[in-house]
Parts: sequence; structure tokens; C-alpha cells
Amino acid sequence: MSKELIQLNHISKSFDGELILDDLCLTIHENEFVTLLGPSGCGKTTTLRIIGGFEKPDKGQVIFDGMDITYLAPNKRPLNTVFQKYALFTHMDVAENIAFGLKIKNKSREYIEDKIHYALKLVNLDGYEHRMPGSLSGGQQQRVAIARAIVNEPKVLLLDEPLGALDLKLRQDMQYELIRLKNELGITFIYVTHDQEEALTMSDHIVVMNQGYIQQEGSPEDIYNEPENAFVADFIGDSNIIHATMVRDELVNILDTEFVCVDRDFGENKPVDVVIRPEDVELVPRGKGTMPGTVSHVIFKGVHYEMEVQAGGFEWLVHSTRLFDVGSEIDIKVDPFNIQVMNRPESEDEEAMAIDE
Amino acid sequence: MNRNKRTSRLLASPYIAWALIFIIVPLVMIFFYGLTDETGAFTLENIAAIAQPVHARALWLALALSVISTVICFFLAYPLGMILAKNKLSSQSLIITLFILPMWMNFLLRTLAWMTLMENKGVINGILSFLHLPEMNVINTPGAIVIGMVYNFLPFMILPIYNSLSSIDDNVLNAARDLGADERQTFFKVTLPLTVPGIISGVTMVFIPALTTFAISTMLGGSKILLIGNVIEQEFTLAYDWNLGAGLSIVLMVFIVVNMVISIISDNKGDEG
Repeated sequence: MSKELIQLNHISKSFDGELILDDLCLTIHENEFVTLLGPSGCGKTTTLRIIGGFEKPDKGQVIFDGMDITYLAPNKRPLNTVFQKYALFTHMDVAENIAFGLKIKNKSREYIEDKIHYALKLVNLDGYEHRMPGSLSGGQQQRVAIARAIVNEPKVLLLDEPLGALDLKLRQDMQYELIRLKNELGITFIYVTHDQEEALTMSDHIVVMNQGYIQQEGSPEDIYNEPENAFVADFIGDSNIIHATMVRDELVNILDTEFVCVDRDFGENKPVDVVIRPEDVELVPRGKGTMPGTVSHVIFKGVHYEMEVQAGGFEWLVHSTRLFDVGSEIDIKVDPFNIQVMNRPESEDEEAMAIDE
Repeated sequence: MNRNKRTSRLLASPYIAWALIFIIVPLVMIFFYGLTDETGAFTLENIAAIAQPVHARALWLALALSVISTVICFFLAYPLGMILAKNKLSSQSLIITLFILPMWMNFLLRTLAWMTLMENKGVINGILSFLHLPEMNVINTPGAIVIGMVYNFLPFMILPIYNSLSSIDDNVLNAARDLGADERQTFFKVTLPLTVPGIISGVTMVFIPALTTFAISTMLGGSKILLIGNVIEQEFTLAYDWNLGAGLSIVLMVFIVVNMVISIISDNKGDEG
């Protein structure tokens, strides 16, 4: 793994007595595309603002490349931010916006001209030098905001829900643009979003947050395939989350039916949660599967059919390219490695404790 | 379409009549009186009369005092606007109300109050002598007029500046810091330019009434200090020389028009910019 660049050590922050971040520890490596993912109010933007220097933590340290920058002013930090809703300087044209940081650093005129040209080319806005921000579309303003940040050659680019205000098609295009940019620039991106699809598409490393805690960290595959708790499973993609009992190693009782799984070391007859992704639920003719059920609802989604199946007193969400009509009597079958078993916390406090450890 | 046009013209007619009777006609009359003598013959004498020492001095003094008052209002209003814009919403509206509250009272009454405060045997000197401090002679000086102007017109500077300051997105200022600007650079390169439209309307709304006032100078300046507003008022009400009064009004109008043109030009620049 590459070098550690940013460390957040035991960061706590509250606003008006409300705890936003509680003892948060996070390490960010060089050249990673890291995404802080979570619902609104989970503390992801506050974390980003603490890294950017716009908020001071109540407790804890921010270490950048071995140096404590916790109380360093934002203008002294070797990183730049792309803000939500762009935050362009509306009294300056595109070129002046991009030149802002370079002029402050007293760079030569030729250097600034070169940089403006280079940055506009990089974000596909050639020839827009003298347009005013107000005359640009949302997507174009976003590109200017990115250009304005990267001309300063930051070691880290912070992006606070930069695509939130764009429409779906543009958002998807920009996702690929951002990946390309990151690869061309070879710097670290720290990206904040509440959109799980965006996170899965772009990130090398995802940090799922909720209520001021990190719920799970890992690669997009890890997070999607092996969620560590019900929150992560529920937040990332569609899933069937079911209370179950671990009978013994590699055998779990789901809704009074025993399924073979691959998980071990949970103990015997231990209450657990299982996560089964809708595309991992197979529907087979009656008698050929593990649990009998009835199709209760079908929606055509384009790539697949989304079906609801009543089985064992639970409404299973199933994605399949094969259609079963409403009322079909079928069996449910799940491959052992597609059953993800998780510890079930007794309460929210315990959930928090488990994460603290 | 045609019918729509006719309806809207019908609906607009009261306003057109209003503008005609109360704006256009008086303006035409001022120009008529200003450009004729008492026999009704065309003359530029009434305009040229501004060159007479007493008139020129009154115009010069009015310009000087209104510029000084505008500058003082600006330097009082801008910091206040910044403090307000940074504050939480609840206290914001309270403070704004406090600053606007005096405007609910009659303008002459407020100015009269300053008269009793600043009089030689007035409240301020009473307190000073009670404290065994030297008394001040403020009333009937240009200083007293400036105090009256600043007090009366300050809210007109505060409101537009506060409005333009509070409409700046916090993240725009954060972006400036993020790009390496310290607080001073952020203020001069971002905050100040973004509030230029507010500053211009504030300046216009203070400068024009200050330039043309005669009530404040009459009450706080005594009869010794004549501003151009006083001269014009006296030509109409005491000397009954409507031609001269109208001629001097036209000269004063030129200064106001110049001020407006400047503000419109820089406002357009602000829109493009």
C-alpha cells in the first residue's frame, strides 16, 4: 500500500451541543480516490471541512505528511477544495477565477497564462477564458471550480458533493471525467457524497459513515459484497436484511429454514443479521430450492425484473433477468458464498461501542 | 393580442396620469422658469447665477458636507453590515429593526431633537458642565449639519450594504481562503468587489438627499450656514424669484444626474462582472 498522507486522530466535533463526530480515526493514503459516504448529517462534510481547515475539531489532531495541521489556517494548507454549488467568484471571468490562487502566490504572468490554458484544456473548457460564471451551465461552472482548484497543484483535492446539483446524465459523465482527472494529475482525491452509486463507481477506498462514526472502510467490492453491519448493507445498494440465527459454523437458520453459508466463528445458536443481495436470490421451480415462496409483485427495470417474493413470512427483494409472473409458486435458493452473516448489535449504543473498539 | 395591449394600456393609465401630473409637468415647469426671465424671454442668466460667490459657496459647501456625510455613513455602515451578516439570524433582524426604528418618527422631529441635544444650553453641554468638562459649541456649525445628515441617512446606507453582504455565500469566502488568500486579501479581492452594487445604491441614497437638504441645515446650521438647498428654498419662499430658484435647481440636478449615471454605469459593469 502507498504512503500514508493524512491521518485523523481521535477527532471529535460538536455544534450547539450536538455531537457530529465522535472520536473519529481515519488514515488516507497517497494517490487514493477516497470517498466519505453517508446520509446527510452523518458528519462526512464536517470531516472534509476539518481537513480543509474551515472547522477546528474540539478534540483530536489532523496530521498531514507527518506535520500537525490541526490549527493551521486554510490558506496555509497544501490542499484545495471544490465546493458544493461551486462557489465561483461571480465578479471575475473564468480566467480570473482560475488565476486567483496563482496571483496570490505572485506567479509570473506567463506561468499563470500557461496554467489557465492547461487547466481549461484538462476540464474541456477551451476558449471559455472570458466568459462570466453567471453565463455558464451548472456542469461548466463545476469544471471551472475544479480548474480553479487544480492549477495550484495541491497534493490533495477535497470535493464536497460536487455533482449534487447536476442532472443524472451529466453526473454520470462527470464521474468518468473525475476518474480521468485523478489519474492524469496523480494526486489524492477526498470525495464526499451521499450517493452510493457515485461512491462505488469512482472510489479506490470507501469510508461509510453514520451518526459521526465510521461504519465500515474498504474497497467498493468489500463494502458491497461484505457489509459489516445492517446499516452499510442497507445504505449500499438494495438488500434483504433478515434476522437469523447462526446454528453452527457454516450453517445459518433464516426464517426457520436452514441455509448453508461460508461464515464461521460466530458461536452456536447466536442471533445474527444476514444480508442477501437481490441479484443473489435465485428463483427456481418448486421443489428444487431451499424455501418455498410466492411472487407477489413484478416491476420491469430495463436491465432486469424487480420481483417481490413472499417466503417464510418475509418479503424478499429479487432481481432477475428471468420473469416469473405474479402468483408463481417457486422456491428460493441462495448460494452459500452469497449469504453475508453479520453480528447483530443489541442496541444502538452497543453498535457504537462495537465501532469504537 | 390587440385586446391585451388595450387592457394593459387601460390599466397603466392611472400611473401614466400620475407621472404626467406630478413628475413630467413640474419638471417642464422648472425648466421653463429656469430658462426664462420674469418677462418670459429666454435667458441663461438664472443658470449662470451659480457663479455668483454666494451661490457658488453654498453649492460648494453642500457638496463638501454631503460627501463627508456619505463617507462617514459608509465607514459606519460597512463594519456594521459585516458584523450583522456574520451573526445568527435571530439577532440580525432585531438589530436591523433598531436601526430602522427612528425612521418611524417624523424626520423634522428627529432633527429637532438633535437641536435640543446640541444647543449651547442643551443636554450635551449640560452633562459636560455637570462633569466639569469644557462645553462644546456644536450647534450652528457645519459639524452639526454633518451629524444631522449622518444620523438621518445612515439607515439608507446600512440596508443595501447589509443586503449585499449577507447574500455572499460563505463558501465563496472559504474558497478564497482555500486558494491561499489571507483574511485581508479575501476582503479586498472578494468581499468588497461583490458588495459594490450595494455600496453604490447606499451612496446614491445618502448623497442625493444630503446634497439637496435644506431642513437639516436650517435647524442645525442656524441662519448663518447656507447650503444650496437653503438658497433655492429662499428664492422660492422669501424672494419670490422663481426664475432664479428654478435655474439653480437645474444646476443641482446636473450633479444628481452625474451621480446617477456613474452608479448606473458601474452597476452594469457589476452585472457583467
